[in-house]
Amino acid sequence: MTTTASPPATTRRRRSGDTERGMSRVFRWISTAAAVLLLAVLAAVAVFLVQRGLPALTASGEELQTAGRLPRGMTHLGQLVGPLVFGTLLAAAIALLLATPVAVGIALFISHYAPRRLAAGIGYVVDLLAAIPSVVFGLWGGRTLAPVVADVWVWVAGVLNSIPGLEVRATATGRSLATASVVLAVMILPIITAVSREVFLQTPKLHEEAALALGATRWEVVRTAVLPFGRSGVISAAMLGLGRALGETMAVLMILSPGLLYSFQIFDSGQQQTIAAYIANQFPESSGLAVNVLIATGLALFVITMAVNMLARWIVARRKEFSGAN
Amino acid sequence: MAQRIDVKDLNIYYGDFMAVQGVSMTIDPKSVTAFIGPSGCGKSTFLRTLNRMHEVIPGAHVEGKVEMEGVDLYGPDVDPVAVRRSIGMVFQRPNPFPTMSIRDNVLAGVKLNNKRISRSDADDLVESSLRGANLWNEVKDRLDKPGSGLSGGQQQRLCIARAIAVKPQVLLMDEPCSALDPISTLAIEDLIQELKQDYTIVIVTHNMQQAARVSDRTAFFNIAGTGKPGRLIEMDETATIFSTPKEKATEDYVSGRFG
Ligand SMILES: Nc1ncnc2c1ncn2[C@@H]1O[C@H](COP(=O)(O)OP(=O)(O)OP(=O)(O)O)[C@@H](O)[C@H]1O
Ligand SMILES: [Mg+2]
Repeated sequence: MTTTASPPATTRRRRSGDTERGMSRVFRWISTAAAVLLLAVLAAVAVFLVQRGLPALTASGEELQTAGRLPRGMTHLGQLVGPLVFGTLLAAAIALLLATPVAVGIALFISHYAPRRLAAGIGYVVDLLAAIPSVVFGLWGGRTLAPVVADVWVWVAGVLNSIPGLEVRATATGRSLATASVVLAVMILPIITAVSREVFLQTPKLHEEAALALGATRWEVVRTAVLPFGRSGVISAAMLGLGRALGETMAVLMILSPGLLYSFQIFDSGQQQTIAAYIANQFPESSGLAVNVLIATGLALFVITMAVNMLARWIVARRKEFSGAN
Repeated sequence: MAQRIDVKDLNIYYGDFMAVQGVSMTIDPKSVTAFIGPSGCGKSTFLRTLNRMHEVIPGAHVEGKVEMEGVDLYGPDVDPVAVRRSIGMVFQRPNPFPTMSIRDNVLAGVKLNNKRISRSDADDLVESSLRGANLWNEVKDRLDKPGSGLSGGQQQRLCIARAIAVKPQVLLMDEPCSALDPISTLAIEDLIQELKQDYTIVIVTHNMQQAARVSDRTAFFNIAGTGKPGRLIEMDETATIFSTPKEKATEDYVSGRFG
Protein backbone atom coordinates (compact mmCIF):
# COMPACT_ATOMS: atom_id res chain seq x y z
CA MET A 1 0.00 0.00 0.00
CA THR A 2 2.71 2.49 -0.91
CA THR A 3 1.35 3.69 -4.21
CA THR A 4 -1.14 6.51 -4.18
CA ALA A 5 -1.83 6.72 -7.90
CA SER A 6 -4.39 3.92 -8.02
CA PRO A 7 -7.50 4.19 -5.86
CA PRO A 8 -6.41 2.42 -2.71
CA ALA A 9 -9.49 3.42 -0.77
CA THR A 10 -11.76 1.12 -2.75
CA THR A 11 -9.42 -1.80 -2.54
CA ARG A 12 -9.06 -1.37 1.15
CA ARG A 13 -12.76 -1.08 1.70
CA ARG A 14 -13.35 -4.14 -0.43
CA ARG A 15 -10.76 -6.12 1.50
CA SER A 16 -12.17 -5.38 4.88
CA GLY A 17 -15.72 -5.58 3.62
CA ASP A 18 -15.73 -8.75 1.52
CA THR A 19 -13.07 -11.03 2.82
CA GLU A 20 -13.03 -10.17 6.50
CA ARG A 21 -16.56 -9.73 7.55
CA GLY A 22 -17.92 -10.34 11.03
CA MET A 23 -16.71 -13.50 12.70
CA SER A 24 -13.69 -13.84 10.49
CA ARG A 25 -12.37 -10.49 11.67
CA VAL A 26 -13.14 -11.28 15.29
CA PHE A 27 -11.33 -14.55 14.98
CA ARG A 28 -8.32 -12.89 13.44
CA TRP A 29 -8.09 -10.49 16.34
CA ILE A 30 -8.52 -13.19 18.92
CA SER A 31 -5.81 -15.35 17.41
CA THR A 32 -3.43 -12.43 16.98
CA ALA A 33 -4.04 -11.33 20.54
CA ALA A 34 -3.42 -14.84 21.80
CA ALA A 35 -0.12 -15.04 19.94
CA VAL A 36 0.98 -11.65 21.25
CA LEU A 37 -0.05 -12.54 24.79
CA LEU A 38 1.98 -15.74 24.59
CA LEU A 39 5.08 -13.87 23.46
CA ALA A 40 4.52 -11.24 26.13
CA VAL A 41 4.33 -13.86 28.87
CA LEU A 42 7.48 -15.52 27.60
CA ALA A 43 9.29 -12.18 27.49
CA ALA A 44 8.04 -11.29 30.97
CA VAL A 45 9.41 -14.56 32.35
CA ALA A 46 12.74 -14.03 30.64
CA VAL A 47 12.99 -10.45 31.93
CA PHE A 48 12.10 -11.58 35.43
CA LEU A 49 14.72 -14.33 35.39
CA VAL A 50 17.49 -12.06 34.10
CA GLN A 51 16.59 -9.17 36.37
CA ARG A 52 16.31 -11.17 39.55
CA GLY A 53 19.14 -13.50 38.67
CA LEU A 54 21.57 -10.69 37.88
CA PRO A 55 22.54 -9.88 41.49
CA ALA A 56 23.71 -13.45 41.91
CA LEU A 57 25.70 -13.28 38.70
CA THR A 58 27.51 -10.13 39.76
CA ALA A 59 27.97 -10.85 43.47
CA SER A 60 31.44 -11.63 44.85
CA GLY A 61 32.44 -15.08 45.99
CA GLU A 62 32.30 -14.09 49.63
CA GLU A 63 28.80 -12.64 49.36
CA LEU A 64 27.62 -15.72 47.54
CA GLN A 65 28.92 -17.95 50.31
CA THR A 66 27.38 -16.02 53.16
CA ALA A 67 24.23 -14.22 51.94
CA GLY A 68 23.84 -16.43 48.84
CA ARG A 69 23.96 -19.65 50.86
CA LEU A 70 26.05 -21.47 48.27
CA PRO A 71 26.91 -24.98 49.45
CA ARG A 72 30.08 -25.20 51.46
CA GLY A 73 33.33 -24.93 49.52
CA MET A 74 31.80 -23.13 46.53
CA THR A 75 32.98 -19.64 45.67
CA HIS A 76 31.25 -18.90 42.41
CA LEU A 77 27.91 -19.60 40.87
CA GLY A 78 29.19 -21.91 38.16
CA GLN A 79 30.18 -24.46 40.77
CA LEU A 80 26.52 -24.77 41.72
CA VAL A 81 24.84 -24.31 38.35
CA GLY A 82 27.22 -26.65 36.52
CA PRO A 83 26.45 -29.85 38.44
CA LEU A 84 22.76 -28.91 38.55
CA VAL A 85 22.61 -28.52 34.77
CA PHE A 86 24.51 -31.78 34.45
CA GLY A 87 22.11 -33.61 36.78
CA THR A 88 19.07 -32.12 35.08
CA LEU A 89 20.21 -33.09 31.61
CA LEU A 90 21.29 -36.55 32.72
CA ALA A 91 17.99 -37.33 34.43
CA ALA A 92 15.94 -36.00 31.51
CA ALA A 93 18.06 -37.75 28.91
CA ILE A 94 17.76 -41.12 30.63
CA ALA A 95 14.03 -40.61 31.03
CA LEU A 96 13.72 -39.76 27.36
CA LEU A 97 15.81 -42.74 26.33
CA LEU A 98 13.58 -45.03 28.36
CA ALA A 99 10.26 -43.46 27.42
CA THR A 100 10.55 -42.78 23.69
CA PRO A 101 10.92 -46.35 22.39
CA VAL A 102 8.14 -47.55 24.67
CA ALA A 103 5.90 -44.65 23.71
CA VAL A 104 6.50 -45.18 19.99
CA GLY A 105 5.80 -48.88 20.45
CA ILE A 106 2.54 -48.22 22.25
CA ALA A 107 1.55 -45.59 19.70
CA LEU A 108 2.23 -47.97 16.82
CA PHE A 109 0.34 -50.73 18.55
CA ILE A 110 -2.64 -48.44 19.02
CA SER A 111 -2.55 -47.00 15.52
CA HIS A 112 -1.61 -50.02 13.43
CA TYR A 113 -1.81 -53.31 15.29
CA ALA A 114 -4.48 -53.44 17.96
CA PRO A 115 -8.10 -54.24 17.17
CA ARG A 116 -10.11 -51.03 17.35
CA ARG A 117 -11.78 -51.69 20.70
CA LEU A 118 -8.52 -52.64 22.43
CA ALA A 119 -6.75 -49.65 20.88
CA ALA A 120 -9.32 -47.27 22.33
CA GLY A 121 -8.94 -48.89 25.75
CA ILE A 122 -5.18 -48.63 25.77
CA GLY A 123 -5.31 -45.05 24.54
CA TYR A 124 -7.65 -44.22 27.39
CA VAL A 125 -5.39 -45.79 30.02
CA VAL A 126 -2.36 -43.92 28.68
CA ASP A 127 -4.29 -40.65 28.80
CA LEU A 128 -5.26 -41.40 32.38
CA LEU A 129 -1.59 -41.73 33.22
CA ALA A 130 -1.16 -38.10 32.15
CA ALA A 131 -3.78 -37.01 34.66
CA ILE A 132 -1.93 -38.35 37.70
CA PRO A 133 -0.39 -35.46 39.68
CA SER A 134 3.37 -35.51 39.96
CA VAL A 135 3.20 -35.58 43.76
CA VAL A 136 1.52 -38.93 43.51
CA PHE A 137 4.23 -40.14 41.17
CA GLY A 138 6.78 -38.84 43.69
CA LEU A 139 5.17 -40.70 46.58
CA TRP A 140 4.82 -43.87 44.59
CA GLY A 141 8.36 -43.62 43.25
CA GLY A 142 9.91 -42.93 46.63
CA ARG A 143 7.91 -45.39 48.74
CA THR A 144 6.99 -48.25 46.45
CA LEU A 145 9.19 -48.22 43.42
CA ALA A 146 12.53 -47.26 44.99
CA PRO A 147 12.84 -50.25 47.34
CA VAL A 148 11.82 -52.63 44.57
CA VAL A 149 14.10 -51.32 41.82
CA ALA A 150 16.96 -50.94 44.30
CA ASP A 151 17.48 -54.70 44.06
CA VAL A 152 17.49 -54.47 40.29
CA TRP A 153 20.00 -51.62 40.34
CA VAL A 154 22.26 -53.49 42.74
CA TRP A 155 22.15 -56.48 40.42
CA VAL A 156 22.81 -54.33 37.32
CA ALA A 157 25.71 -52.64 39.12
CA GLY A 158 27.08 -56.07 40.00
CA VAL A 159 26.95 -57.16 36.36
CA LEU A 160 28.54 -53.93 35.15
CA ASN A 161 31.25 -54.22 37.79
CA SER A 162 32.38 -57.48 36.28
CA ILE A 163 33.55 -55.46 33.26
CA PRO A 164 37.16 -54.56 34.00
CA GLY A 165 37.83 -50.87 34.44
CA LEU A 166 34.26 -50.08 35.36
CA GLU A 167 33.30 -49.20 38.92
CA VAL A 168 29.59 -48.88 39.52
CA ARG A 169 28.09 -48.26 42.94
CA ALA A 170 24.45 -48.82 43.80
CA THR A 171 22.50 -47.76 46.86
CA ALA A 172 20.27 -50.22 48.63
CA THR A 173 17.68 -47.50 49.27
CA GLY A 174 16.98 -47.02 45.57
CA ARG A 175 16.93 -43.25 45.99
CA SER A 176 19.13 -42.74 42.96
CA LEU A 177 18.96 -40.85 39.70
CA ALA A 178 18.11 -44.07 37.88
CA THR A 179 14.93 -44.46 39.93
CA ALA A 180 14.01 -40.81 39.45
CA SER A 181 14.55 -41.18 35.71
CA VAL A 182 12.32 -44.24 35.56
CA VAL A 183 9.54 -42.29 37.25
CA LEU A 184 10.15 -39.33 34.92
CA ALA A 185 9.94 -41.73 32.00
CA VAL A 186 6.54 -42.95 33.19
CA MET A 187 5.43 -39.36 33.57
CA ILE A 188 6.40 -38.30 30.06
CA LEU A 189 5.17 -41.51 28.46
CA PRO A 190 1.56 -40.31 27.92
CA ILE A 191 2.42 -37.11 26.09
CA ILE A 192 4.90 -38.81 23.78
CA THR A 193 2.48 -41.66 23.15
CA ALA A 194 -0.49 -39.39 22.48
CA VAL A 195 1.33 -37.13 20.05
CA SER A 196 3.04 -40.04 18.24
CA ARG A 197 -0.24 -41.88 17.93
CA GLU A 198 -1.91 -38.88 16.32
CA VAL A 199 0.98 -38.51 13.89
CA PHE A 200 0.97 -42.20 12.98
CA LEU A 201 -2.77 -42.15 12.43
CA GLN A 202 -2.30 -39.35 9.92
CA THR A 203 0.01 -41.32 7.68
CA PRO A 204 -1.52 -40.89 4.24
CA LYS A 205 -3.47 -44.02 3.23
CA LEU A 206 -1.89 -43.55 -0.17
CA HIS A 207 1.59 -44.27 1.17
CA GLU A 208 0.54 -47.21 3.28
CA GLU A 209 -1.20 -48.71 0.28
CA ALA A 210 1.86 -48.05 -1.86
CA ALA A 211 3.89 -50.18 0.53
CA LEU A 212 1.21 -52.87 0.78
CA ALA A 213 0.95 -53.10 -3.00
CA LEU A 214 4.67 -53.82 -3.17
CA GLY A 215 4.14 -56.82 -0.93
CA ALA A 216 5.00 -55.29 2.40
CA THR A 217 4.12 -57.01 5.65
CA ARG A 218 2.53 -54.97 8.38
CA TRP A 219 5.87 -54.21 9.98
CA GLU A 220 7.32 -53.23 6.60
CA VAL A 221 4.43 -50.86 6.01
CA VAL A 222 5.26 -49.29 9.34
CA ARG A 223 8.92 -49.09 8.45
CA THR A 224 8.58 -47.73 4.92
CA ALA A 225 5.54 -45.50 5.23
CA VAL A 226 4.51 -44.82 8.81
CA LEU A 227 7.79 -44.22 10.66
CA PRO A 228 9.43 -41.98 8.04
CA PHE A 229 6.25 -39.95 7.83
CA GLY A 230 5.95 -39.71 11.61
CA ARG A 231 9.61 -39.07 12.30
CA SER A 232 9.44 -35.32 12.78
CA GLY A 233 6.25 -35.71 14.79
CA VAL A 234 7.91 -38.22 17.09
CA ILE A 235 10.83 -35.86 17.60
CA SER A 236 8.43 -33.08 18.49
CA ALA A 237 6.64 -35.42 20.86
CA ALA A 238 9.91 -36.41 22.49
CA MET A 239 10.81 -32.76 22.93
CA LEU A 240 7.49 -32.07 24.63
CA GLY A 241 8.29 -34.95 26.95
CA LEU A 242 11.84 -33.73 27.46
CA GLY A 243 10.52 -30.30 28.38
CA ARG A 244 8.40 -31.85 31.07
CA ALA A 245 11.23 -34.06 32.31
CA LEU A 246 13.62 -31.11 32.50
CA GLY A 247 11.25 -29.08 34.61
CA GLU A 248 9.75 -31.82 36.76
CA THR A 249 10.12 -30.96 40.42
CA MET A 250 8.09 -32.94 42.90
CA ALA A 251 8.80 -36.43 41.66
CA VAL A 252 12.55 -35.86 41.65
CA LEU A 253 12.47 -34.04 44.96
CA MET A 254 10.65 -36.90 46.65
CA ILE A 255 12.75 -39.69 45.19
CA LEU A 256 16.29 -38.53 44.69
CA SER A 257 18.81 -38.35 47.46
CA PRO A 258 20.70 -35.31 46.11
CA GLY A 259 24.33 -34.46 45.59
CA LEU A 260 26.18 -31.87 43.54
CA LEU A 261 28.69 -33.94 41.64
CA TYR A 262 29.45 -34.39 37.97
CA SER A 263 28.84 -38.07 38.39
CA PHE A 264 27.63 -40.85 36.14
CA GLN A 265 26.94 -43.07 39.17
CA ILE A 266 23.25 -43.13 38.41
CA PHE A 267 22.53 -46.06 40.75
CA ASP A 268 24.09 -44.42 43.81
CA SER A 269 22.61 -41.88 46.20
CA GLY A 270 23.98 -38.42 46.99
CA GLN A 271 25.39 -37.93 43.50
CA GLN A 272 23.27 -35.59 41.37
CA GLN A 273 20.48 -33.10 41.70
CA THR A 274 18.20 -31.37 39.19
CA ILE A 275 17.64 -27.63 38.96
CA ALA A 276 13.92 -27.67 39.60
CA ALA A 277 14.20 -29.97 42.60
CA TYR A 278 17.09 -27.93 44.00
CA ILE A 279 15.08 -24.71 43.76
CA ALA A 280 12.03 -26.27 45.36
CA ASN A 281 14.19 -27.75 48.11
CA GLN A 282 16.05 -24.54 48.95
CA PHE A 283 13.43 -21.94 48.34
CA PRO A 284 11.52 -22.11 51.65
CA GLU A 285 14.66 -21.30 53.63
CA SER A 286 16.06 -18.67 51.30
CA SER A 287 15.94 -14.90 51.32
CA GLY A 288 17.83 -12.00 49.74
CA LEU A 289 20.80 -13.02 47.62
CA ALA A 290 20.01 -16.70 48.16
CA VAL A 291 16.78 -16.21 46.22
CA ASN A 292 18.73 -14.49 43.45
CA VAL A 293 21.03 -17.50 43.31
CA LEU A 294 18.05 -19.80 42.91
CA ILE A 295 16.55 -17.61 40.22
CA ALA A 296 19.87 -17.65 38.39
CA THR A 297 19.76 -21.45 38.36
CA GLY A 298 16.18 -21.12 37.10
CA LEU A 299 17.52 -18.98 34.29
CA ALA A 300 19.88 -21.79 33.41
CA LEU A 301 16.92 -24.17 33.21
CA PHE A 302 15.06 -21.72 30.99
CA VAL A 303 18.04 -21.49 28.67
CA ILE A 304 18.57 -25.26 28.35
CA THR A 305 14.89 -25.83 27.70
CA MET A 306 15.00 -23.27 24.90
CA ALA A 307 18.21 -24.73 23.52
CA VAL A 308 16.77 -28.24 23.51
CA ASN A 309 13.69 -27.03 21.64
CA MET A 310 15.77 -25.23 19.06
CA LEU A 311 17.89 -28.30 18.59
CA ALA A 312 14.75 -30.33 17.97
CA ARG A 313 13.48 -27.84 15.42
CA TRP A 314 16.78 -27.92 13.66
CA ILE A 315 16.72 -31.72 13.52
CA VAL A 316 13.21 -31.65 12.11
CA ALA A 317 14.02 -28.93 9.57
CA ARG A 318 17.24 -30.52 8.38
CA ARG A 319 15.50 -33.11 6.23
CA LYS A 320 12.53 -31.02 5.26
CA GLU A 321 13.12 -31.80 1.59
CA PHE A 322 12.35 -35.43 2.32
CA SER A 323 9.53 -34.81 4.76
CA GLY A 324 5.94 -35.84 4.17
CA ALA A 325 4.88 -32.36 3.13
CA ASN A 326 4.62 -32.33 -0.66
CA MET B 1 6.32 -63.77 -16.58
CA ALA B 2 2.78 -62.80 -17.40
CA GLN B 3 0.02 -65.03 -16.14
CA ARG B 4 -3.68 -65.38 -16.69
CA ILE B 5 -6.30 -64.68 -14.08
CA ASP B 6 -9.65 -66.44 -13.82
CA VAL B 7 -12.36 -64.95 -11.68
CA LYS B 8 -15.32 -67.15 -10.81
CA ASP B 9 -18.58 -65.92 -9.30
CA LEU B 10 -16.99 -63.27 -7.19
CA ASN B 11 -19.08 -61.34 -4.67
CA ILE B 12 -17.35 -58.48 -2.86
CA TYR B 13 -18.49 -57.01 0.41
CA TYR B 14 -17.70 -54.04 2.62
CA GLY B 15 -19.01 -55.41 5.90
CA ASP B 16 -22.64 -56.26 5.14
CA PHE B 17 -22.79 -54.11 2.03
CA MET B 18 -22.42 -56.06 -1.18
CA ALA B 19 -20.48 -53.79 -3.51
CA VAL B 20 -19.97 -56.13 -6.45
CA GLN B 21 -21.95 -59.23 -7.35
CA GLY B 22 -21.36 -62.32 -9.41
CA VAL B 23 -18.36 -61.38 -11.52
CA SER B 24 -16.78 -64.07 -13.68
CA MET B 25 -14.10 -63.21 -16.18
CA THR B 26 -10.83 -64.28 -17.69
CA ILE B 27 -7.90 -61.90 -17.97
CA ASP B 28 -5.45 -62.96 -20.67
CA PRO B 29 -1.72 -62.90 -20.12
CA LYS B 30 0.35 -60.28 -21.94
CA SER B 31 -2.64 -58.21 -22.80
CA VAL B 32 -4.27 -55.03 -21.61
CA THR B 33 -7.71 -55.36 -20.10
CA ALA B 34 -9.71 -52.18 -19.45
CA PHE B 35 -12.52 -51.78 -16.92
CA ILE B 36 -15.05 -49.09 -17.70
CA GLY B 37 -18.33 -48.10 -16.11
CA PRO B 38 -20.08 -45.31 -14.24
CA SER B 39 -18.76 -44.04 -10.94
CA GLY B 40 -19.50 -46.24 -7.95
CA CYS B 41 -20.09 -49.41 -9.95
CA GLY B 42 -17.21 -51.16 -8.20
CA LYS B 43 -14.36 -51.04 -10.71
CA SER B 44 -11.79 -50.06 -8.08
CA THR B 45 -13.27 -52.49 -5.61
CA PHE B 46 -13.04 -55.34 -8.07
CA LEU B 47 -9.54 -54.38 -9.17
CA ARG B 48 -8.34 -54.38 -5.58
CA THR B 49 -9.65 -57.87 -4.96
CA LEU B 50 -7.32 -59.13 -7.70
CA ASN B 51 -4.29 -58.59 -5.47
CA ARG B 52 -6.05 -58.81 -2.10
CA MET B 53 -5.57 -55.12 -1.40
CA HIS B 54 -9.28 -55.13 -0.71
CA GLU B 55 -8.67 -56.99 2.54
CA VAL B 56 -6.87 -54.15 4.28
CA ILE B 57 -10.19 -52.35 4.72
CA PRO B 58 -11.78 -53.54 7.98
CA GLY B 59 -14.79 -55.75 7.35
CA ALA B 60 -14.09 -56.16 3.65
CA HIS B 61 -14.27 -59.70 2.31
CA VAL B 62 -15.08 -61.73 -0.78
CA GLU B 63 -16.91 -64.87 -1.83
CA GLY B 64 -15.93 -66.83 -4.89
CA LYS B 65 -12.63 -67.52 -6.54
CA VAL B 66 -9.78 -65.57 -8.05
CA GLU B 67 -7.31 -67.94 -9.68
CA MET B 68 -3.93 -67.12 -11.10
CA GLU B 69 -2.75 -69.97 -13.34
CA GLY B 70 -5.14 -72.22 -11.48
CA VAL B 71 -4.03 -71.27 -7.98
CA ASP B 72 -6.80 -69.76 -5.85
CA LEU B 73 -5.43 -66.47 -4.52
CA TYR B 74 -7.87 -66.66 -1.63
CA GLY B 75 -6.89 -70.21 -0.72
CA PRO B 76 -6.21 -70.96 2.95
CA ASP B 77 -2.46 -71.30 2.62
CA VAL B 78 -1.90 -68.35 0.29
CA ASP B 79 -0.09 -65.40 1.83
CA PRO B 80 -1.64 -62.07 0.76
CA VAL B 81 1.80 -60.49 0.95
CA ALA B 82 3.07 -62.95 -1.66
CA VAL B 83 0.03 -62.25 -3.84
CA ARG B 84 0.75 -58.53 -3.80
CA ARG B 85 4.36 -59.18 -4.69
CA SER B 86 3.37 -60.92 -7.88
CA ILE B 87 0.46 -58.64 -8.68
CA GLY B 88 1.61 -55.04 -8.51
CA MET B 89 -0.53 -51.95 -8.39
CA VAL B 90 -0.42 -48.35 -9.57
CA PHE B 91 -2.83 -45.92 -7.97
CA GLN B 92 -4.98 -43.07 -9.13
CA ARG B 93 -2.85 -40.43 -7.46
CA PRO B 94 0.92 -40.78 -7.82
CA ASN B 95 2.23 -41.91 -4.44
CA PRO B 96 6.03 -42.11 -4.33
CA PHE B 97 7.34 -42.36 -0.78
CA PRO B 98 8.02 -38.73 0.08
CA THR B 99 10.81 -39.53 2.51
CA MET B 100 12.79 -41.50 -0.05
CA SER B 101 14.99 -40.50 -2.95
CA ILE B 102 14.06 -41.47 -6.50
CA ARG B 103 16.53 -44.33 -6.33
CA ASP B 104 15.23 -45.61 -3.00
CA ASN B 105 11.68 -45.39 -4.27
CA VAL B 106 12.50 -47.70 -7.13
CA LEU B 107 14.25 -50.09 -4.75
CA ALA B 108 11.59 -49.87 -2.03
CA GLY B 109 9.83 -53.08 -3.01
CA VAL B 110 13.05 -55.01 -3.52
CA LYS B 111 14.43 -54.03 -0.15
CA LEU B 112 11.37 -55.35 1.65
CA ASN B 113 11.63 -58.63 3.46
CA ASN B 114 15.18 -57.63 4.40
CA LYS B 115 16.46 -58.74 1.05
CA ARG B 116 20.09 -57.85 0.50
CA ILE B 117 21.07 -56.61 -2.90
CA SER B 118 24.54 -55.62 -3.99
CA ARG B 119 25.28 -52.06 -4.95
CA SER B 120 25.87 -52.84 -8.61
CA ASP B 121 22.78 -55.05 -8.88
CA ALA B 122 20.78 -52.25 -7.31
CA ASP B 123 22.17 -49.75 -9.81
CA ASP B 124 21.28 -52.02 -12.69
CA LEU B 125 17.80 -52.60 -11.35
CA VAL B 126 17.20 -48.88 -10.85
CA GLU B 127 18.30 -48.15 -14.38
CA SER B 128 16.34 -50.94 -16.01
CA SER B 129 13.18 -50.16 -14.04
CA LEU B 130 13.37 -46.45 -14.78
CA ARG B 131 14.08 -47.20 -18.43
CA GLY B 132 11.14 -49.55 -18.40
CA ALA B 133 8.99 -46.71 -17.14
CA ASN B 134 10.42 -44.26 -19.71
CA LEU B 135 11.76 -42.07 -16.94
CA TRP B 136 15.48 -42.79 -16.96
CA ASN B 137 16.58 -39.91 -19.18
CA GLU B 138 14.64 -37.39 -17.15
CA VAL B 139 15.95 -38.39 -13.72
CA LYS B 140 19.30 -40.09 -14.25
CA ASP B 141 21.15 -37.02 -12.97
CA ARG B 142 19.12 -36.63 -9.81
CA LEU B 143 18.53 -40.11 -8.48
CA ASP B 144 19.28 -38.96 -4.96
CA LYS B 145 16.72 -36.18 -4.97
CA PRO B 146 13.33 -36.84 -3.34
CA GLY B 147 10.72 -38.47 -5.53
CA SER B 148 8.15 -35.92 -4.47
CA GLY B 149 10.09 -33.25 -6.33
CA LEU B 150 9.07 -34.66 -9.72
CA SER B 151 6.10 -33.55 -11.79
CA GLY B 152 2.86 -35.48 -11.43
CA GLY B 153 3.41 -37.41 -14.64
CA GLN B 154 6.98 -38.22 -13.68
CA GLN B 155 5.85 -39.30 -10.22
CA GLN B 156 3.33 -41.65 -11.77
CA ARG B 157 6.02 -43.16 -13.99
CA LEU B 158 8.24 -43.46 -10.92
CA CYS B 159 5.43 -45.43 -9.28
CA ILE B 160 5.28 -47.66 -12.32
CA ALA B 161 9.05 -48.13 -12.15
CA ARG B 162 8.72 -49.02 -8.48
CA ALA B 163 5.98 -51.51 -9.27
CA ILE B 164 7.90 -53.25 -12.08
CA ALA B 165 11.15 -53.30 -10.10
CA VAL B 166 9.80 -56.22 -8.06
CA LYS B 167 9.09 -58.05 -11.32
CA PRO B 168 5.42 -58.78 -10.84
CA GLN B 169 3.41 -60.96 -13.18
CA VAL B 170 0.43 -58.67 -13.34
CA LEU B 171 0.13 -54.91 -13.10
CA LEU B 172 -3.11 -53.36 -11.89
CA MET B 173 -3.70 -49.67 -12.63
CA ASP B 174 -6.56 -47.71 -11.14
CA GLU B 175 -7.14 -44.62 -13.26
CA PRO B 176 -3.39 -44.04 -13.54
CA CYS B 177 -3.79 -40.97 -15.73
CA SER B 178 -6.69 -39.18 -14.12
CA ALA B 179 -4.42 -36.77 -12.25
CA LEU B 180 -2.22 -36.09 -15.27
CA ASP B 181 -2.09 -33.67 -18.21
CA PRO B 182 -2.62 -34.94 -21.79
CA ILE B 183 1.12 -35.17 -22.58
CA SER B 184 1.90 -37.22 -19.47
CA THR B 185 -1.18 -39.30 -20.20
CA LEU B 186 0.12 -40.13 -23.66
CA ALA B 187 3.51 -41.01 -22.18
CA ILE B 188 1.85 -43.46 -19.80
CA GLU B 189 -0.32 -44.92 -22.55
CA ASP B 190 2.75 -45.53 -24.69
CA LEU B 191 4.38 -47.12 -21.71
CA ILE B 192 1.41 -49.43 -21.19
CA GLN B 193 1.77 -50.61 -24.77
CA GLU B 194 5.41 -51.48 -24.12
CA LEU B 195 4.75 -53.09 -20.76
CA LYS B 196 2.23 -55.51 -22.17
CA GLN B 197 5.09 -57.34 -23.92
CA ASP B 198 6.05 -58.58 -20.47
CA TYR B 199 3.13 -58.11 -18.13
CA THR B 200 -0.55 -58.75 -17.86
CA ILE B 201 -2.11 -55.33 -17.42
CA VAL B 202 -5.49 -54.38 -16.03
CA ILE B 203 -6.47 -50.74 -16.17
CA VAL B 204 -9.49 -48.89 -14.83
CA THR B 205 -10.34 -45.76 -16.76
CA HIS B 206 -13.10 -43.22 -17.12
CA ASN B 207 -11.68 -42.12 -20.41
CA MET B 208 -13.38 -44.02 -23.21
CA GLN B 209 -10.78 -43.00 -25.79
CA GLN B 210 -8.09 -44.25 -23.49
CA ALA B 211 -9.76 -47.62 -23.11
CA ALA B 212 -10.13 -47.80 -26.89
CA ARG B 213 -6.51 -46.77 -27.45
CA VAL B 214 -4.69 -48.98 -25.01
CA SER B 215 -6.73 -52.07 -24.30
CA ASP B 216 -7.19 -55.37 -26.06
CA ARG B 217 -10.27 -56.36 -24.14
CA THR B 218 -12.77 -54.21 -22.29
CA ALA B 219 -15.10 -55.05 -19.43
CA PHE B 220 -18.13 -52.88 -18.81
CA PHE B 221 -19.48 -52.69 -15.25
CA ASN B 222 -22.77 -51.13 -14.28
CA ILE B 223 -24.90 -50.54 -11.26
CA ALA B 224 -28.69 -50.77 -11.13
CA GLY B 225 -29.07 -47.99 -8.56
CA THR B 226 -27.59 -46.63 -5.36
CA GLY B 227 -27.18 -49.29 -2.72
CA LYS B 228 -27.32 -52.04 -5.32
CA PRO B 229 -24.23 -54.09 -6.10
CA GLY B 230 -22.23 -53.42 -9.25
CA ARG B 231 -22.17 -56.13 -11.91
CA LEU B 232 -20.12 -57.07 -14.91
CA ILE B 233 -22.42 -56.39 -17.82
CA GLU B 234 -20.28 -57.38 -20.76
CA MET B 235 -16.70 -58.20 -21.60
CA ASP B 236 -15.33 -58.55 -25.10
CA GLU B 237 -12.67 -57.45 -27.56
CA THR B 238 -12.29 -53.70 -27.19
CA ALA B 239 -13.18 -53.12 -30.83
CA THR B 240 -16.40 -55.07 -30.38
CA ILE B 241 -17.38 -53.27 -27.18
CA PHE B 242 -16.97 -49.90 -28.88
CA SER B 243 -18.66 -50.81 -32.15
CA THR B 244 -21.16 -53.63 -31.74
CA PRO B 245 -21.71 -54.47 -28.08
CA LYS B 246 -24.27 -57.12 -27.27
CA GLU B 247 -25.91 -55.23 -24.44
CA LYS B 248 -27.95 -52.09 -24.82
CA ALA B 249 -26.50 -50.63 -21.58
CA THR B 250 -22.97 -50.97 -22.91
CA GLU B 251 -23.87 -49.27 -26.14
CA ASP B 252 -25.54 -46.41 -24.27
CA TYR B 253 -22.55 -45.98 -22.02
CA VAL B 254 -19.82 -46.05 -24.64
CA SER B 255 -21.75 -43.73 -26.91
CA GLY B 256 -22.25 -41.28 -24.06
CA ARG B 257 -25.95 -41.97 -23.45
CA PHE B 258 -26.39 -42.99 -19.86
CA GLY B 259 -29.41 -44.88 -18.74
N1 LIG C 1 -13.81 -48.38 1.97
C1 LIG C 1 -15.11 -48.56 1.64
N2 LIG C 1 -16.00 -48.86 2.60
C2 LIG C 1 -17.31 -49.04 2.28
N3 LIG C 1 -17.79 -48.94 1.05
C3 LIG C 1 -16.96 -48.63 0.05
C4 LIG C 1 -15.57 -48.43 0.29
N4 LIG C 1 -14.97 -48.14 -0.88
C5 LIG C 1 -15.95 -48.16 -1.80
N5 LIG C 1 -17.14 -48.46 -1.26
C6 LIG C 1 -18.43 -48.59 -1.98
O1 LIG C 1 -18.32 -49.60 -2.95
C7 LIG C 1 -18.98 -49.22 -4.14
C8 LIG C 1 -18.02 -49.29 -5.30
O2 LIG C 1 -17.00 -48.33 -5.12
P1 LIG C 1 -15.73 -48.23 -6.06
O3 LIG C 1 -14.80 -47.25 -5.46
O4 LIG C 1 -15.21 -49.58 -6.31
O5 LIG C 1 -16.37 -47.63 -7.39
P2 LIG C 1 -15.62 -47.22 -8.73
O6 LIG C 1 -16.32 -47.93 -9.82
O7 LIG C 1 -14.17 -47.39 -8.62
O8 LIG C 1 -15.99 -45.68 -8.82
P3 LIG C 1 -15.11 -44.50 -9.43
O9 LIG C 1 -15.23 -44.64 -10.89
O10 LIG C 1 -15.78 -43.28 -8.93
O11 LIG C 1 -13.71 -44.66 -8.92
C9 LIG C 1 -19.54 -47.82 -3.90
O12 LIG C 1 -20.90 -47.94 -3.57
C10 LIG C 1 -18.75 -47.32 -2.74
O13 LIG C 1 -19.52 -46.45 -1.96
MG1 LIG D 1 -12.47 -46.05 -8.53
